[in-house]
Amino acid sequence: MNFFIVSLIKVAVVAFVLLTTLAYLQWIERKVIAHVQLRVGPYRVGPHGLLQPLADVVKLITKEGLMPSHVNRLFYLLAPFVAVALALTSIAVIPFGPEIKIGPVDTWMQLTDLRIGILFVLAVSSIGVYGVALGGWASNNKYSLLGGLRSSAQMISYELPMALAVVAPLLLANTLSFREMVNYQSGYWLGFIPRWNLFPEIFGFIVFMIASFAETNRVPFDLPEAENELVAGFHTEYSSMSFAAFFMAEYANMVTVTCVATLLFLGGWQPPFPAPYSDFVPILVFAAAGLVALYHGLNPARRMDRFTLPATALLFLGIAAIFGLSLFVPVAKEILMALFWFCGKVLFLLFVFIWVRATLPRFRYDQLMRFAWTGLFPLAMLNLLGTGLVVALTTK
Amino acid sequence: MTALIFIIFAAIAVFCGINLVVQTHPIASALSLIGVMGSLAVLYLQLGGEFIAAAQVIVYAGAIMVLFVFVIMLLNAGAEASTFQVSRFVKYLGAILLAAFLGLISLIIQSTLPRTEGVTFGAFQGTAVDIGRKLFTTYLWPFEVTSVLILIAIVGAIVLARKEI
Repeated sequence: MNFFIVSLIKVAVVAFVLLTTLAYLQWIERKVIAHVQLRVGPYRVGPHGLLQPLADVVKLITKEGLMPSHVNRLFYLLAPFVAVALALTSIAVIPFGPEIKIGPVDTWMQLTDLRIGILFVLAVSSIGVYGVALGGWASNNKYSLLGGLRSSAQMISYELPMALAVVAPLLLANTLSFREMVNYQSGYWLGFIPRWNLFPEIFGFIVFMIASFAETNRVPFDLPEAENELVAGFHTEYSSMSFAAFFMAEYANMVTVTCVATLLFLGGWQPPFPAPYSDFVPILVFAAAGLVALYHGLNPARRMDRFTLPATALLFLGIAAIFGLSLFVPVAKEILMALFWFCGKVLFLLFVFIWVRATLPRFRYDQLMRFAWTGLFPLAMLNLLGTGLVVALTTK
Repeated sequence: MTALIFIIFAAIAVFCGINLVVQTHPIASALSLIGVMGSLAVLYLQLGGEFIAAAQVIVYAGAIMVLFVFVIMLLNAGAEASTFQVSRFVKYLGAILLAAFLGLISLIIQSTLPRTEGVTFGAFQGTAVDIGRKLFTTYLWPFEVTSVLILIAIVGAIVLARKEI
């Protein structure tokens, strides 16, 4: 019974945080791309466009859900559901932090731990292609069909280097469970270099990240929805919430992939410095952010800045104070530190995704395929063979 | 609880299997096949074969069936037109006779087979470690032979697909 209640609470928290993150990820993406391109981005709804995701949700819900004629009804309606349901499933096996004890309750900061957690994520992501492929096919539209076909071909091709890149850290850690993978990466070489898989598996990490761009249909591999060739690709015929479902699925896949990269290569919630020093990093980061905001609030460039920036500063300083106070409460410290480092790494990788989108042009289709089979695949294979050799020579 | 889950997923597997044959549209049939594979994966999981279950989903449902669906979409295969006429006799008595025939067959098979013990849920040692150890010790020879066989099939496919040799 206790287990049941704790699990329900965890599911509620994770679902709420994940869905909010998905909505705000889109705001972050628009803001980052806007600043890269010297624009301001969303600015009208709320201070600095902060309520824009809410406005978008209301807009998408109240739009008319069109059902084009000549579509295959069942599959047309099923496709966005499949896409979003599978995209949201993977988060169930992602651990966000270590085991914690709150009073009598003793639980992990993770919904469930599978012994084959990594295989589970791979399986779910390999099924996820059906949402896109079916949506493109059921729309009964040339452009959609081409988008769906491109997507399935691309995902099969890039799944191979991705899986091979994942296998190398698995060989090192000798486990398929995310928890043990993170535990393997704890500790430091020479007292200050973190024992993350990133350093021995740097090629694996690069291959994994490139393949994950293709798996999530992101620029520069967003051929399934290339606007200037295919209108909008597989979701051309979708509107209202079914369009929003595809949109959500894309962002949820991005979150999953960055979480997996963090857990496999960047040490999960393990901080990059040894414990006593790393505890002060969040305080310093948030205090610095708060002070910068306060400075700009006191020397306002725009009229509204006099109110919005001090409020932001107050928020950041408050977070810094919470982190400072948590140093005296062991339980709170454990939770907050794990969350800070895990979310920090995930957000950094998400920023890389957005940064690449703002920087690189789209690949041509033949380039995309040649790159996967003649570039990434041999590199991942060599990396795996090298890792295997080292593991075979060093273990008895 | 385990029996309930078994019944649910076994029913889904059988339903999808029948649907696979009955459906006239190739995409619907392919999706039914994915349903069969997914529910079989759940049954493997129940027996304790977690690695087999994951491999079933990744390899069969996630890779092979994606290729099937891809080819069906690429050929843009439409719904199959029914080509045979069904007589009134078959329409009304066919199902009953088929059921009776299947019942008879299963009865004969059951009576001739020796009594075996039922499989218990979770009895199968199917973790990744066990499977890996078996593949590289007991079944090393069949495993390697199979991989060579697959390689031959790949080379053969390339040779056949090339226009000029």
